[in-house]
Amino acid sequence: MRRSERVVRAGFIPLLDCAPLVIARERGFDTRFGFSFDLHREVSWANIRDKLDIGVFDCAHMLAPMPIAAMLGLGRATEPVIAPMSLSLNGNAITVSMGLHQEMRDADADAVRAGGMAAASALAEVVRRRAKAGREPLTLGMVYPFSCHNYDLRFWLASAGVDPDNDVNLIVVPPPLLAESLKAGRVDGFCVGQPWNSVAVEQGHGVIVATKSELWPFSPEKVLGVREAWAAEKPELLHDIIRALTQACQWLDEPENRYEAAAILAQPHHVGVTEESLLKPLTGQLQRGGGEPDIVDPDAVVFHRHDANFPWRSHAVWLISQMIRWGQVREPFDILKLAERVYRPKIYRAAVAPLSLAPPDEDYKSEGIAPGSAFFGGETFDPQAAIGHLKALPIRAAGTDLEAFAEHNL
Amino acid sequence: MPKSNPNIPDSDLKILVIDETPIRLAILEAGLKEAGFFDVTTLDTASALVERIYALDPDVILIDLENPSRDVLEQMFQVSRAVRRPIAMFVEQSDKATIEAAIDAGVSAYIVDGLKKERVKPILEMTVSRFRAFDRLRTELEETKSALKERKVVEKAKGILMKSRGMSEDEAYGLLRKTAMSQGKRLVDVAEGLISTFELLKD
Repeated sequence: MRRSERVVRAGFIPLLDCAPLVIARERGFDTRFGFSFDLHREVSWANIRDKLDIGVFDCAHMLAPMPIAAMLGLGRATEPVIAPMSLSLNGNAITVSMGLHQEMRDADADAVRAGGMAAASALAEVVRRRAKAGREPLTLGMVYPFSCHNYDLRFWLASAGVDPDNDVNLIVVPPPLLAESLKAGRVDGFCVGQPWNSVAVEQGHGVIVATKSELWPFSPEKVLGVREAWAAEKPELLHDIIRALTQACQWLDEPENRYEAAAILAQPHHVGVTEESLLKPLTGQLQRGGGEPDIVDPDAVVFHRHDANFPWRSHAVWLISQMIRWGQVREPFDILKLAERVYRPKIYRAAVAPLSLAPPDEDYKSEGIAPGSAFFGGETFDPQAAIGHLKALPIRAAGTDLEAFAEHNL
Repeated sequence: MPKSNPNIPDSDLKILVIDETPIRLAILEAGLKEAGFFDVTTLDTASALVERIYALDPDVILIDLENPSRDVLEQMFQVSRAVRRPIAMFVEQSDKATIEAAIDAGVSAYIVDGLKKERVKPILEMTVSRFRAFDRLRTELEETKSALKERKVVEKAKGILMKSRGMSEDEAYGLLRKTAMSQGKRLVDVAEGLISTFELLKD
């Protein structure tokens, strides 16, 4: 391959977890593997999708459900996109306004103090009280329909008996506008990636009531998205990209490097927020705000440890099951077949083989079954029985025909 | 682009344009009206976007790619109760070139599901050409601005030479030019170098 072809155009969204791409370039992991990243900061996930689709980008920082949505042709018809590696785990949180925090405390102060899954029951009580008093339903924000944030927030709400489509008003708000929207009262709470939760707390407009690692430790978040056809055309270059990003992720998971990472990411052409708001999730010293106890969580965002870069097909199955649960896709199809086309552990294993890493041998894992594992407060998830999992959950979008899906997933 | 099919513009199509750049918004609105699309609504802010789209019920939505609220529109495909008619992206595969041209120009279009692509094509073509025209305008403006800035820098350097070396304006300019040529540098770079050296040695 000619040298000039080894410039890789990549899109990212200003979030803490764009770090692997930014660090790969700033610390020279890209040139170590003979290519150079040309990074482009974008303002919307729709831009990322469209620019990857038409080939303006070679690869992109993507929400884990996005390649799946692209393969399903949801949102708009696109070129098939695959996820040959994961870029990060955890990193999201649910933050509420000062007003809603007070209402939740009035409903159940202990549950709010405990945070995580417990806090959902306090929110559910607020929803019931407001309905009884004839008040407007709560408006909650998230960042994109095909995002873990959407599914996290929905799972959390539904676990406490709140129907996210009928009991609250769920809207999309771009991350940089969320803190301001909380302050202005346009949203009562939101689920977003860091640093935007910490920014809201720092500005005194929000309280973190649940972090993703409280709900589901080591859960999927961002992936590297590439066009399937591009991956087939340039397998060597893709391997080098995966190697560079994996090493950047290893570097990012060294605690002593996280200060430097915060300084780099804080720059205006990267995330463009204060170093402080990035350092909190990076060092795991999170302030909840609103007088609630702080969180010490070294896994607030994970870039490499716990097989963070491995594209677990079971993650894809879980994301697909949420798309089905919430009616984003209605035509039945074979779930495992789709997961296998989008998530490509084989490419990842081949790419990292020279790095003397030991990626998992299995492509699937269950959640909430191994001792000590936690999955949405005691739930379990068997990727071979996704429809069974959905059937056991009382709240889902009206008109979702699980029987039809069951027929395609025997 | 040649108009092989001189179809009469659908002046009844309701078009919503969302763009936070007021000049570009005005340019596009004027273009659409000139082309015979009279029902054009413009929004220069994305606040309360969903409510406003619901109230307006447009056939076509045009939004610039610098606008983070594109993701708000994406949600509207999902939530059918928020809009009376389903809205889809301009999806016809045969029009991939048009979509690419639009994204390349920095704009995205959403149309009501079922609207024939022939009716939307002239709107998109107009939008793409106006976005490109605006880009050229912006580039020219930036070039003019930087040319003005450069001229000021050269003026300042000349002033320093005139004052400190007692040169005439022509002599000062001549010296700067000669230095630039002999060092293979741009005139403005030599002038900037002189100014910073002067500032450094001033005290």
